[in-house]
Amino acid sequence: MENMVNVYLFGKKYQVPSSLTIMKAMEYAGYQLVRGCGCRNGFCGACSTIYRIKGDKELKACLACQTKVEDNMYVATLPFFPLVKEVYDIQKISPSEQIMMQLYPEIYACVGCNACTKACTQGLNVMQYIAYAQRGDFESCAEESFDCVMCGVCSSRCPAGISHPQVAELSRRLYGKYIAPETTHLLERVKEIDDGKYKELIETLMNKPISELKELYNNREIEK
Amino acid sequence: MYNYTNEQLESMKKVEATRQERCGKLHRRLTAEEKDAVLKEYHPDYITSAYEVLKVGPNKGEKVLHELADVLQGKSRVLDMDIDLSKPDYETDVLIIGAGGAGSSAAIEADNAGAKVMMVTKLRIGDANTMMAEGGIQAADKPNDSPAIHYLDAFGGGHFAAKPELLYRLVSEAPDAIRWLNDLGVMFDKMPDGTMVTTHGGGTSRKRMHACKDYSGAEIMRTLRDEVLNRGIPVIDFTSAIELIKDTDGKVAGAVLMNMETKDILVAKAKVVIIATGGAGRLHYQGFPTSNHYGATADGLVLAYRAGGKLLYADTLQYHPTGAAEPTQIFGALVTEKVRSLGAQLVNKNGEAFVYSLETRDVTASSIIKECSKGNGVKTTDGQGVWLDTPQIEILGGEGTIEKRIPAMMRMFGKYGIDIRKEPILIYPTLHYQNGGIDISADGMSTTIENLYVAGEAVGGIHGRNRLMGNSLLDIIVFGRIAGKSAGKKFKEVTLKDLTLDHVKSFDKELKDAGLNPEILSPKLLPNYTKQPAI
Ligand SMILES: Cc1cc2nc3c(=O)[nH]c(=O)nc-3n(C[C@H](O)[C@H](O)[C@H](O)COP(=O)(O)OP(=O)(O)OC[C@H]3O[C@@H](n4cnc5c(N)ncnc54)[C@H](O)[C@@H]3O)c2cc1C
Ligand code: FES
Repeated sequence: MENMVNVYLFGKKYQVPSSLTIMKAMEYAGYQLVRGCGCRNGFCGACSTIYRIKGDKELKACLACQTKVEDNMYVATLPFFPLVKEVYDIQKISPSEQIMMQLYPEIYACVGCNACTKACTQGLNVMQYIAYAQRGDFESCAEESFDCVMCGVCSSRCPAGISHPQVAELSRRLYGKYIAPETTHLLERVKEIDDGKYKELIETLMNKPISELKELYNNREIEK
Repeated sequence: MYNYTNEQLESMKKVEATRQERCGKLHRRLTAEEKDAVLKEYHPDYITSAYEVLKVGPNKGEKVLHELADVLQGKSRVLDMDIDLSKPDYETDVLIIGAGGAGSSAAIEADNAGAKVMMVTKLRIGDANTMMAEGGIQAADKPNDSPAIHYLDAFGGGHFAAKPELLYRLVSEAPDAIRWLNDLGVMFDKMPDGTMVTTHGGGTSRKRMHACKDYSGAEIMRTLRDEVLNRGIPVIDFTSAIELIKDTDGKVAGAVLMNMETKDILVAKAKVVIIATGGAGRLHYQGFPTSNHYGATADGLVLAYRAGGKLLYADTLQYHPTGAAEPTQIFGALVTEKVRSLGAQLVNKNGEAFVYSLETRDVTASSIIKECSKGNGVKTTDGQGVWLDTPQIEILGGEGTIEKRIPAMMRMFGKYGIDIRKEPILIYPTLHYQNGGIDISADGMSTTIENLYVAGEAVGGIHGRNRLMGNSLLDIIVFGRIAGKSAGKKFKEVTLKDLTLDHVKSFDKELKDAGLNPEILSPKLLPNYTKQPAI
């Protein structure tokens, strides 16, 4: 018989196999999920969850699809958190400190409590990347925040009302568009294609009989 | 340490015992004849008993898997409903169904073209297969490469079955797709001088796989999502399309929507509709686990089929050779191909390598299934599997290679107490990608229904009967943009007549005439895992 544990889903007690993730434990208990379930594999941030183990004072946060149940676990899912998302025109803004000041001034009210970092379901150094954003160091902010799944748990714990994932998103876009070096070979290829350079070449291929294409395919040169 | 069974531990010891010796040698590659034989005998696409012939609809007489037949010939959810089409809840120029990468790209381009756009999506925007892609996206933008070489790679890789005019657009517009994403702020891996870091993927003859670390799809998806929101394009989330609406001329004219939580029914009227509903992994064809997101249930194919949309290659699926077989918590989750390119071999329960690990996906997957059916698999919580000997990577590439090159994999197994640097992992093929889908022409419109455009994994024919890694993220951007631009022009010429759901009634009649009396409601919308913790 499988090892069973007690979990409290939204306060109600259920017995579930100890091998299950929180998400599968909810399904095992009979919940047909609609909210709070997206990729089921740690990429989308739909399943943020707060839990506490009986006898322990600390509230912990996790992704329900990535975390195993434990005995005497109290679980409350947080399938939506009202993050503030400011709108902007990526073509018109510029990667300066002012833009953070304008769109997300609350980051300067960070009190340094580090609750965001402690809560991060991805183990990121959230407070650090906010510090980079304050300084207008978008490259470091982008790198530090890269694995963010935007679940919003950090913001739920923030006394300053910062929407960390959105600050990070803005930084990444600024970095990707304006700061990362431009790719000359890409722009040149796009221009060649616009000028029709490969049209004929591909059309010739398209008009060849399959037998000839097979021949070409099977003998094509492969880059080492 | 993970709680392996004794049998698994015993077998793991055998893998360890043969590791050093195996490291020196590559397993022999299969000959063309041997490949054919293993495919015919063991590839899930060839298991005839898993298929049935469609009795009604545009593809009548063709074979599809039972699970797909069940939904294509299922019972419409609107049949017994009394829906007033004359007072739509929403009216828009362009209605986009599905908010993954294809839908979001289409939305941005249709918005650029001046259309009033609205998106509806089953879960939230970005809760989609796009978000999960790790590997990368292809484009021929290096000097030693060209769109023509890309064409040949993809055409051959798809078993010479792609529609040439679609593939032409895919490869020709690939570099511009990368430029477009970069311009929106997607952080591609680049060298200090701006040169793209590109690698090989299965079946490429040039290194043209662009990546954003091992979060390629996530980085693309969250950027597109941010852009959609910046533009104020309305995204109606937790709302599924459950049927297309037509006008009395037979053009598509909107969709019936269902609020996933309250089950309220809503009517959206639109001059043009774009289907971007993605794949079908959650139908669990032939009982396979899947790497796909929760909402991947082939809904778009069902909606289009009932409205007269022809499908192409709906019989072919991609089974990724390496899905996680243990721990049970991540059963079916993707173990990226990179693990094998870095040197990890596939090893049976006796510690023997049984196949060259970089055969094409279909051949490798079939060989694993064959090995298990010969009794050489290892029993797992959910079935069986074979070992993927990850510690070989550290032996071959030096200590630290795993942490540097496949950190996401290390994290994924590390969470369950499995250190893939020291222990091998158990894998089994997982249902990964829907090769077939709705047949479209080069401007993105369904070949059989006016005013219906399709983009992304819901399309069939771009790749043929198999797809190369990196060409799907590419197709969702290229054909998402094409659909958006085409729809952005088309809506200006459209005048709609009265709305109707008569096509749903006549499809139902066809079903009855064919002796079918389906009880399964479709589209399926979500799988039901309650009290079935296994999958
Ligand atoms: C784990 C994984 C790894 C992958 N890795 C790669 C890779 O490295 N490279 C590559 O090129 N490809 C890869 N792929 C394939 C690629 O990611 C997908 O094929 C592609 O992203 C599909 O995009 P899409 O927009 O068509 O569908 P999706 O991104 O799945 O979006 C579909 C959307 O439609 C919604 N929807 C579905 N039905 C309805 C309905 N009835 N009403 C309303 N909304 C609906 C869904 O909820 C979802 O939001 C991978 C796929 C997976 C699953
Ligand atoms: S469901 Fe996507 S992160 Fe858990």
